[in-house]
Amino acid sequence: MATSKVTAANFDEVVLKSSTPVLVDFWAEWCGPCRAIGPILEDISNEYGDKIKIVKLNTDEESAIAIKYGVTSIPMLNVYVNGEVVKTIIGAKPKPALLKDLEAYI
Amino acid sequence: MIRDLVIVGSGPAGYTAAIYASRAQLSPVLYEGSVTAGGALMTTTEVENFPGFVDGVMGPELMESMRKQAARFGTELITDDVVEMDLKGDIKTVKDGSGNVIEARAVILATGSAYRHIGLANEDRLSGRGVSWCATCDGFFFKDQTIAVVGGGDSAVEEATFLTKFASKVVLIHRRDSLRASKIMADRALNNPKIEMLWNTEVVDILGENKVEALALKNTVTGELSQRDFTGLFVAIGHIPRSELIKDQIDCDNEGYVKVEGRSTRTNLPGVFACGDLVDHTYRQAITAAGSGCQAALDAEKFLSH
Repeated sequence: MATSKVTAANFDEVVLKSSTPVLVDFWAEWCGPCRAIGPILEDISNEYGDKIKIVKLNTDEESAIAIKYGVTSIPMLNVYVNGEVVKTIIGAKPKPALLKDLEAYI
Repeated sequence: MIRDLVIVGSGPAGYTAAIYASRAQLSPVLYEGSVTAGGALMTTTEVENFPGFVDGVMGPELMESMRKQAARFGTELITDDVVEMDLKGDIKTVKDGSGNVIEARAVILATGSAYRHIGLANEDRLSGRGVSWCATCDGFFFKDQTIAVVGGGDSAVEEATFLTKFASKVVLIHRRDSLRASKIMADRALNNPKIEMLWNTEVVDILGENKVEALALKNTVTGELSQRDFTGLFVAIGHIPRSELIKDQIDCDNEGYVKVEGRSTRTNLPGVFACGDLVDHTYRQAITAAGSGCQAALDAEKFLSH
């Protein structure tokens, strides 16, 4: 399944209360490395969407959430299980490296 | 099928080589990199000195245009990383991150450079937790904070100036007592009321449990040690050539830059050409990289016609 957008309005419901692991991609339009991993995350979402839900949070539009989770560098990928951050990946990585980082959840 | 030409790298050098090679009917394959496509200019903002753009152009936009121009003449663009190369024989092989192998008679290396690290133990640990190499990527998150930039060249000055858009104060830390940056860039920084210069100073440690909290500093003249609070550190102390995949099979200099013959782009291996920041520790500009990419394509074309 394709990735979807998450905002302050649905963050609780979509991310924190999810019954499956959720990967939140903290990104912004102006961030080159974020744009570079965008298609990779789409691929992973299409291949492993039944195991892990991938959502995108625009840090320009939703800076309060970005600050709450201590984002100081994007792209930053947080994996949430039962509302808790269980994994943080910072910086753009090739697909095989990302899959390896995520292997516990896919 | 054995191809004529594979180009590795997608900065101004790689794309320019592809534009020339594809117009010359060499049907090149160009590996862009999975997350580094477009190269160093993808993390810059306004480029004011690329000829032809009177009002400047955004780095990512310039790269997107070069990419389209390369594609227009038939370059096959592959958005993946090269993980292995064998450049020695008449037929070169290039293996990518998906396991595909391409064979070619000629290879152009245009892999550019990576950010140089200070080399402190805590630098990698706090990377993405206050330590950054990219002001345009991460500056936004340091709104109203006091941050440090280390370096004295154009990129350090550019980053410091850019960061004043967000930070309440930017302290530029430099080992010497004058900037290496070009005069126009240096003046811009020195006249910026939000930028404080810390001359003759080097960073000896980065302090903080889970994020950057302070820097340990040393005066390079007196040797005096001090500590100062910062929430962010931007490292802009130059670049290192990305020759790690090939340095065992090709002649490089002491710093890892690929050696080329005279004013050409020919390496010591027949059919292998190198261009851009991978060979250039002197100029390192978008326009000089593009120029050398053009030379590499012409050198490769000449080689292939024999």
